[in-house]
Amino acid sequence: MSVAGQAAGRTAIAPAAATARRGGLSGMEIRRQRAAWLFLAPMLVVLALVAGWPLLRTVYYAFTDATLFDLDYHGFVGLLNFRFLATDPDWWRAVWNTLLFTIVSLALETALGLIIALTLDARLRGRGPLRAAMLIPWAIPTVVSAQMWGWMLHDQYGVINAVLLSLGIIATPWAWVADPSLALWSVVAVDVWKTTPFMALLILAALQLVPGAVYEAAKIDGLGPVGTFFRITLPLIRPGLMVAVLFRALDALRVFDLMYVLTGNSPSTASMSVYARQQLVDFQDVGMGSAAATFLVLIVAACAALIITAGRVRFDSAGS
Amino acid sequence: MRRGLCTALVFLAAVLAAPPAGAQTTIAIACSALGIEARLCREGAEEWARRSGNQVRLVSTPNSGTERLALYQQLLAARSADIDVFQIDAVWPGILANHLLDLHGKLDTAGHIEEVVRNNTVGGRLVAMPWFANAGLLYYRRDLLEAHGRRLPETWRELTDTAAAVMQAERARDGSDRMWGYVFQGRAYEGLTVNGLEWLASRGAGHIVEPDGRISVNNPRAAEALSLARSWIERITPLGVLNYAEEEARGVFQSGNAVFMRNWPYAWPLLNAEDSPVRGRVAVAVLPRGAGEDGTHAAALGGEQLAVSRYTPRAEQAVDLIRHLTSREEQKRRAIAGGFSPSIIALYEDPEVLEANPFFRDLLATLRAAVARPSGATGVRYNRVSAEFANAAHAVLSGRSEPAEALDRLEDRLERVSRGGRW
Amino acid sequence: MPRGLRRMLGSIGLYLLVAVIVVYTVFPFYWAVVSSLKGGQALFGTELLPRDPDLRNYVALFRDQPFGRNILNSVFVAGSVVAVSLALAAGAAYALGRVRFRGRAPILMVILGVSMFPQVAVLSGMFELIRWLGLYNNLLGLTLSYLIFTLPFTVWVLTTFMRELPKELEEAAMMDGATPFVTITRVFLPLMGPALATTGLLAFIAAWNEFLFALTFTLTNEMRTVPVAIALITGSSAFELPWGRIMAASVIVTVPLILLVLVFQRRIVSGLTAGAVKG
Repeated sequence: MSVAGQAAGRTAIAPAAATARRGGLSGMEIRRQRAAWLFLAPMLVVLALVAGWPLLRTVYYAFTDATLFDLDYHGFVGLLNFRFLATDPDWWRAVWNTLLFTIVSLALETALGLIIALTLDARLRGRGPLRAAMLIPWAIPTVVSAQMWGWMLHDQYGVINAVLLSLGIIATPWAWVADPSLALWSVVAVDVWKTTPFMALLILAALQLVPGAVYEAAKIDGLGPVGTFFRITLPLIRPGLMVAVLFRALDALRVFDLMYVLTGNSPSTASMSVYARQQLVDFQDVGMGSAAATFLVLIVAACAALIITAGRVRFDSAGS
Repeated sequence: MRRGLCTALVFLAAVLAAPPAGAQTTIAIACSALGIEARLCREGAEEWARRSGNQVRLVSTPNSGTERLALYQQLLAARSADIDVFQIDAVWPGILANHLLDLHGKLDTAGHIEEVVRNNTVGGRLVAMPWFANAGLLYYRRDLLEAHGRRLPETWRELTDTAAAVMQAERARDGSDRMWGYVFQGRAYEGLTVNGLEWLASRGAGHIVEPDGRISVNNPRAAEALSLARSWIERITPLGVLNYAEEEARGVFQSGNAVFMRNWPYAWPLLNAEDSPVRGRVAVAVLPRGAGEDGTHAAALGGEQLAVSRYTPRAEQAVDLIRHLTSREEQKRRAIAGGFSPSIIALYEDPEVLEANPFFRDLLATLRAAVARPSGATGVRYNRVSAEFANAAHAVLSGRSEPAEALDRLEDRLERVSRGGRW
Repeated sequence: MPRGLRRMLGSIGLYLLVAVIVVYTVFPFYWAVVSSLKGGQALFGTELLPRDPDLRNYVALFRDQPFGRNILNSVFVAGSVVAVSLALAAGAAYALGRVRFRGRAPILMVILGVSMFPQVAVLSGMFELIRWLGLYNNLLGLTLSYLIFTLPFTVWVLTTFMRELPKELEEAAMMDGATPFVTITRVFLPLMGPALATTGLLAFIAAWNEFLFALTFTLTNEMRTVPVAIALITGSSAFELPWGRIMAASVIVTVPLILLVLVFQRRIVSGLTAGAVKG
C-alpha cells in the first residue's frame, strides 16, 4: 500500500478545518491571504511541472501516432488509438486482470487484516515487537519482495514447492508463476503478504479507539462474539476501514512492479499499467501507450468516485 | 540553513554525476551483462583501451532483449551521447538504423559471414558490424542417451519419444521426479518467438511474415508444429518452462535435470565449466528436422552486432574500438573462452577454436542456412509482431487455446498491426 | 475448571494464531537471509538452515558491480526528495491549513487527485521533461520526478498537523507584528518536529522503494538506485543463477528499512493511522 494513499486517508477524515471564522476581511487577513498564495506558489509550480504537464502530454499523445524513435514528428490520428485499444483483447484482458486482482486481493487483505487485528487487539504480551514484525513486509521494496517470492515460488528450486511436497499437500511441483491459471493468484498471494499486515495495523488502530464500555453493553445484551463483531465493532470502525479500502483499491488498480518482476509482460497476468508500459516502451508506440494510460487514469478516477459514493467516505477537509 | 542544505545537495549531485576525470577519450560501450558475456566484453574493451591509450566505460544493460532495446531507443531518441558503442541484436538493425552511423568504408567486412553482413545492411548503409553469430542448437546428455541405448533424434517427433523414454527411465532409476526430457525458452518474450519460428520453419510452415510482407503464419503445418510443442508440456517439459528464458533453461539442464535443451552456443563453455555438474557429459547437435518429406533442420539466426551512435562526438575512437572487438584475434579469444561463434569464416577452421568448441565444425553450415526472423519485412513493427507471435504460442503451450484457433487470431492481429500487410 | 480450561485453550489458540501470523510475515525475509548465505549448488537445496553459511554472495555483490554506489544513490535521492518535499510542503501546509481563501478546496482536491496518478500515465511526459531539463541519467532527475508522489502526501499530512495547532500561537505572533514567514519558521516549525519526522520518514521509504521511474530515467550502473540494481543483477560468475546475490542485495537494502521501522514503529503507525480512524 502506498504511503501517499494512507496518509491522504489520514487527512481526508480529519475533522473539518478549525479555520478562524471572522466577519469582514481585516488588513491582517488580506496580508495573510497574500502570504498564503506566496507559500503555495512553489508547491503548485512544482506540482504543475511534474504532474500537470506530463499528464497533459500523455493525453495529447493519445490522439497522435507518435513513436519513441522520434517524438517530435507525429500526426493527429483522432480516436484511432482508442479504437484500436477498444478492439484489442489483450487490453481487455489486462483490464480484467487488474479488476480481478484488485477485488480479490482487497477482499483477502481486508478479511485477513480484520482477523489479525482482532487477534492482536486481545490483550497479549509483546505487542510492540509483533507490530514491528508486521511492518517488515510493508517496508521491503516491492521489487525486492517480488524477487524473494519469485525465488520461493520457483518451480524447480522453490522452498514453497519443497515444503508442500514434503507435507504431501501437492504431488508434483507446481509452476506457480508460469502456469497461467496460477500466475495471477501467485501475484495476489504476494500482494496479500505485502499488504495485509499493514491493513491489519490500520484496523487495529481503529479497534483500539472503540471504547470498552461498548463491549460490556453488548455482553449484557447477550450478543455473542460474532454478533458483537457485526453489530457493534464493524459499524464503529467502518469509516476508517473505508478509507483504507479506498486507497488500497486505487493502489491495486495501478499495480505495476509486482507483475513486471514476477512474470514480465505475460498477458495472463499483465495489469493495465504493464500493458500501457509495454505499448509505450517495448513497442515504442507512444500514441497507443498514452491512450492506454489515459484510459487507466479515467478508470482509476471512476473507481475512486464509485468507492467514495458507495462507501460514503467523507472528505470534510476538502469540502469545507 | 535551508539554503545551505540545498547547496550541499546540488554539490553532492554534481560530484555524483561528474564523469571520471581523464585527459583521454572515454568510450562508453553497452554490452550484455549476462554471465561470461559481460566479462569477455569488459576484457576486450579494456585491452583496446590499454593499447590505444583511451578509456572505456561499460554500461551494463538489462538482461531481457526487449528491455535493452527499449533502453537504447529512449537514449537514441533523445540524441544522447551517453553511449557511444551499442551491442545490438540481429533483429535490431532495421529498427535502429536511423540512429546509427554508416560504417561502410570505415570498417572492412571482408571475411565475415555474408548473410550476417547483409542482415546488418539497411538501405545500403552498413549500420552495424558483425560481432558473433548465433544459431539455435540442441544440447543433449550424451551419457544418458548412451546409458539408455538411444540414438540422437533426427526429427522433432523422435526427440519427443526419446526424451520421454529417457526421462521415464531416469525417474524410475533414482525415484525422484526431478528429471525432465526437454527444456527450451517458453516465456512470452523474444526467445519464444525464436523457438516457435524454428518449429515452424523446420516443418516448412513459413516464417510468420514472409520477406514480401505477406502474413503466412496461419497454415495447417504451423498448427501441427505448435500442437507437437504443446504435447511436450508436462510430458517431457516442466510447466515452468512457460516462464523460462535462456538462463532458466540452462539452470535446469546444467543441474542435470534435463535430457535435451535448446539454447544458443554461449551455453557450451558454461556447461563444461569446472564446477558444472554435467561437465563432459554434454554434446551438441543441430535442431531436429520437421516431419514430412520437406522437413528441414532450421535454426534461428541470432547473434550480436556492434554499432556506433550517430550522436557521439567520439566516432573515430568508437569505430576503432569496434575494429578491435570484431578483429580476428578478439573473436578467436571470445570463441575459445566463451563459445561465442565468430562472424569471421576462417575461424571455423582454426584448430584452437575447434579444440575448445568441437561442434563449431558443423556450425558454420548451420549458420549460413539459418532462418532469419521476419525483422526485415516488418521493420519498426517487428517487436509487436514478435510479441503477438510469442503470446499466441504461449497461449497454445499453456493450453489456453487450440493451435488452429490461436493462429487464426494471430493472423487477424497481424493484419491489423501491419495496417493490412503494408507494414 | 471447565472455564479455566477453556480460557487456557483459548490463549493457547491465540498464541498459535500469533505465531502463524509472525511466520507468515517474517518467513520470506528469513528465507532471503538464508538463501543469501548459500553458495553454488547449495542454493538449489531447500534446507531451512544453511549448512555452511558464507558471505561470498555479499562479497561478489560489491566486487562485481557498484552496489555501494547504488546504495549511496538511493540515500541521496530519497534524502533530497524528503528535503525538497518538506520544504515545499511546510509553506503550502500553512496556507492550506491556517488561511481561509477562495480556491483552497479545489487545490486540496487537485492534490488528492495527483496522489492517484498512475505512474505510467506520466511516464512519457516525464521523460520529455527530464530530457528537456538535461537531467537524464542524473540523480536530480529522480529527485524531481519523485516529487509527484511525495509532495501530495506530505502536503496533506502537514496540512492536518498544521490545522491542529492552537490558533492562539499564531495570533500572539501576529500581535508582535511577525510576518507569516516568521510565524511559520519561528512558531510553527519548531512545533511540527514530530510531524516532519513522520512524513519525512514515510516519504523516504516511498522514494527508497520506487522502481519504474528509476528504471526509465537512469541508464548507467553508477546512477542506478538500489531497486533497479537488484532487478538487473546478473550472475556473472560461471554458471550460478544469481539468486544468491539477489537475495544478498535484498537483505542489504531491507535491513536499514527494518531498523528504521523498528525504531520508529510507534511513530509510523500513529502517523499513518491516527487520522484514518477519527472519522
